[in-house]
Amino acid sequence: MHKKNIAELVQVLQHRDISSVELTRLVLERCTNINQKLNCFISITPEHALLQAKLADEKINQGNAGPLTGIPIAQKDIFCTDGVKTSCGSKMLDNFIAPYDATVVEKLNNAGMVMIGKTNMDEFAMGSSNETSFYGPVLNPWDMDRVPGGSSGGSAAAVAARLVPVATGTDTGGSIRQPASLCGITGLKPTYGRISRYGMIAFASSLDQGGPMTRTAEDAALIMNAIAGFDERDSTSAENPVEDYTQHLNNSIAGLKIGLPKEYFDEQLNPDIGRIIHEGVKELEKLGANVKEISLPGSKLSIPVYYVVAPAECSSNLARFDGVRFGYRCNDPEDLSDLYCRSRGEGFGREVKRRIMIGTYVLSAGYYDAYYLKAQKIRRLIRDEFRQALSKVDVIIGPTAPGPAFRINELLDDPITMYLSDIYTVSVNLAGLPAISIPAGMLGGLPVGMQVIGNYFAEPRLLNIAHRFQQVTHWHKLAPAGFD
Amino acid sequence: MEWETVIGLEIHAQLATRSKIFSGAATVYGAEANVQACAVDLGLPGVLPVLNAKVVEMAIRFGLAVNAEIPSRSVFARKNYFYPDLPKGYQISQYEHPIVSKGRIDIKLEDGSTKTIGITRAHLEEDAGKSVHEGFGNFTGIDLNRAGTPLIEIVSEPDMRSAKEAVAYMKKIHSIVRYLEICDGNMQEGSFRCDANVSIRPKGQKEFGTRSELKNLNSFKFVELAINHEVERQIDILESGGKVIQETRLYDPNKNETRSMRSKEEANDYRYFPDPDLLPVEIDKETIERIRSTLPELPDAKKQRFMDEYRLSEYDSEILTANKDMAAYFEKAIQSADGEAKLCANWIMGDLSAVLNRENRDIMESPVTPEMLGGLILRIKDNTISSKIAKEIFEAMWDGEGDAGTIIEKKGLRQVTDAGAIEKLVDEVIVESPAQVEQYQNSTPEKQGKLIGYFVGQIMKKSQGKANPEQVNELLINKLKTD
Repeated sequence: MHKKNIAELVQVLQHRDISSVELTRLVLERCTNINQKLNCFISITPEHALLQAKLADEKINQGNAGPLTGIPIAQKDIFCTDGVKTSCGSKMLDNFIAPYDATVVEKLNNAGMVMIGKTNMDEFAMGSSNETSFYGPVLNPWDMDRVPGGSSGGSAAAVAARLVPVATGTDTGGSIRQPASLCGITGLKPTYGRISRYGMIAFASSLDQGGPMTRTAEDAALIMNAIAGFDERDSTSAENPVEDYTQHLNNSIAGLKIGLPKEYFDEQLNPDIGRIIHEGVKELEKLGANVKEISLPGSKLSIPVYYVVAPAECSSNLARFDGVRFGYRCNDPEDLSDLYCRSRGEGFGREVKRRIMIGTYVLSAGYYDAYYLKAQKIRRLIRDEFRQALSKVDVIIGPTAPGPAFRINELLDDPITMYLSDIYTVSVNLAGLPAISIPAGMLGGLPVGMQVIGNYFAEPRLLNIAHRFQQVTHWHKLAPAGFD
Repeated sequence: MEWETVIGLEIHAQLATRSKIFSGAATVYGAEANVQACAVDLGLPGVLPVLNAKVVEMAIRFGLAVNAEIPSRSVFARKNYFYPDLPKGYQISQYEHPIVSKGRIDIKLEDGSTKTIGITRAHLEEDAGKSVHEGFGNFTGIDLNRAGTPLIEIVSEPDMRSAKEAVAYMKKIHSIVRYLEICDGNMQEGSFRCDANVSIRPKGQKEFGTRSELKNLNSFKFVELAINHEVERQIDILESGGKVIQETRLYDPNKNETRSMRSKEEANDYRYFPDPDLLPVEIDKETIERIRSTLPELPDAKKQRFMDEYRLSEYDSEILTANKDMAAYFEKAIQSADGEAKLCANWIMGDLSAVLNRENRDIMESPVTPEMLGGLILRIKDNTISSKIAKEIFEAMWDGEGDAGTIIEKKGLRQVTDAGAIEKLVDEVIVESPAQVEQYQNSTPEKQGKLIGYFVGQIMKKSQGKANPEQVNELLINKLKTD
């Protein structure tokens, strides 16, 4: 049963070959067992899940089931879930039971999905390896000495290991796409504003975007249908009408104009990765797409810009974790200053503190113009460059990550190299564009993802391309040994 | 040396919305602690602010009322600092792009001249919560009911030169926000409060002196006392060879003194940056014009109209129009008083204001309605009652005994204007007072003017105040004449 994707499970449930409760029990058991190896869940929530499964069965029996009723899902532990611990991978929120549901969670609950648990992640989504989690690293099911990527590493590993057919992720600089690439699954980062951020614990508000992590593009489209749309509780959510994301999946891609930025394929890229991406693009050419080289010279600046903008916002967003109202509070504070310093000093991990300090610095009087303001200007340049490129081509294709999954501890003491693992993904967040990472090949037994970047609100097109690609390739069907 | 005082004010006015600036929680004053704080106000992880459209409209109303420019785009920014009653660790405010930019208002000085005070800007922001230091042992209680309450901060130019000017400016702003119905102006509840930037310089010097910022000025009286105290303090320092340091000082009304809170060196670096959770506010010309068309008549215009239309003095008009409710009361009273403007003005500024002050009540909740006061004035005008009796009737109306007509009938207070009846009383008194009559008749005309008061008093006593004093006077003079 675990091998089935959403589209297949829906059939099984609707035909009552299995009930949602039975399916949920199977999934819970498998999750509990395998989680001991992979550490991809922070919480598994059997009571919650079985309650939802019962409701799903009622709906199915009444003939009121929707396309996601009874389907198991895992939520990244960054999404607030009413009555369930929402830790954001941090000691700071280890004791935090959210009193409300994030909009994404609410929508998926309303769609009848069954939440199995909350997935592990880098602390406050700051990391590219899932090693900064207070709950320990997640292991990559393809090689348990390696990281699953991050920050949505738990979600990626859970989907790759066939624990759940779908998990939610969030992407601030690549946190859906990079782990999707490293774990061999499909990860869509929608246009900024397409998915409500309400109830999604903020890291960098102008960059954060939630999205689905699935095995197939078709499943991603089904989830998008449930979560996309304007939310009056999020002023930055887009009012553009929502399309049926499944409607265009099978459209022809003949005549599709693909741009390959030469900067994405320069000497810094692992040549094997470059070869895999070019082979992937060839598959699309076979389906009628045309390819041309483009240039995105500003993309070189995206990492430094990102590491000014994101820490600046995070330094302010994380100020509310002060030990006063919720979350971790130090023992026996002497006075207010001691309460602040020790609660935050003890509650946050190293990477989070590093970014809070960077962010505080770049916003300080005397440095603001040189860092924050300048970064915002370059950010506009990067966005304009993408806009221009996307007026000439339909999509931009390149690698998702510079290499396959790296070893645990390999980069932990080398933050710069760690930061560079997001080099192909962060510029997309800076521009607010949608992008999808899909499995496109294997390197040394490890999956490699291909990134397809589209214009604003072009998610249907991206899903269409990804779906057509998955119809002619098998990479997304490969399962890690021992998990198939 | 002669010193010149330079003052600029930052006024915080709480906008009279039902819900908070970025959440749906209620803003009612005085609720049980923390019952009006929702997830957004608590700054829970994951929550986001949504701007209350009402506050934007209110801010624009204010901007238009003070002749200010309304920029087409304004931006919310985060002001970052840690404080226990600041739930998010930052306050959402406006920094580089406020909703209201340069404006100005006129104030009246004591010598009767008019002075224009510049308004630098006005911006929207959220209020913080409240720390409660009593009743929690070694802990501090936090009440977040007020967190997220909408405020407009109105920043003046350093145009004021005395505490009196500062108070006049503050009163004018107070009057305007109440006219606009964007703030209830309640200073006890903190809905209208101000900080003052105060410095002094040798008269004639162009450069400003070093300023101090006085916090916690929540009444007109405290503004005046605190500024005057601060000016003296600065003069003392400079005249004894010292230097004023730039600092924030807290005014203590109990001791009438200011004390240092923090110096410039200790000041927070607020690390302002645009709030990425909120879109810039775009305001088009049509919106501004639509709002302009809904503006009420403002104090200056109303004052001029009172002078033109009712022939009132500038002084009376100024007092009557300073408070919108009083002006409305006046205009209603006039309608019931057959246009007797001056009498209405006198009664409202005199007896009515006195009793309202005494009972600490708002004119809107006066038991004597404008219609009742107008009715009373009509009875004075048509000689049914004397002014003196009118005061008695007014007190009775205040005590809820009905309108003037009812009270006059019930108490038999109708003025005696029957000449025969009055003449009878006059004759009685003359017969009863031979000594006074003799003294009167042997006096010079000037002295007679004073002595006649005795006879009038006696007659009024006999008539229980109901005799028409003018008629009494006339008859007396005639009867006491020695031709």
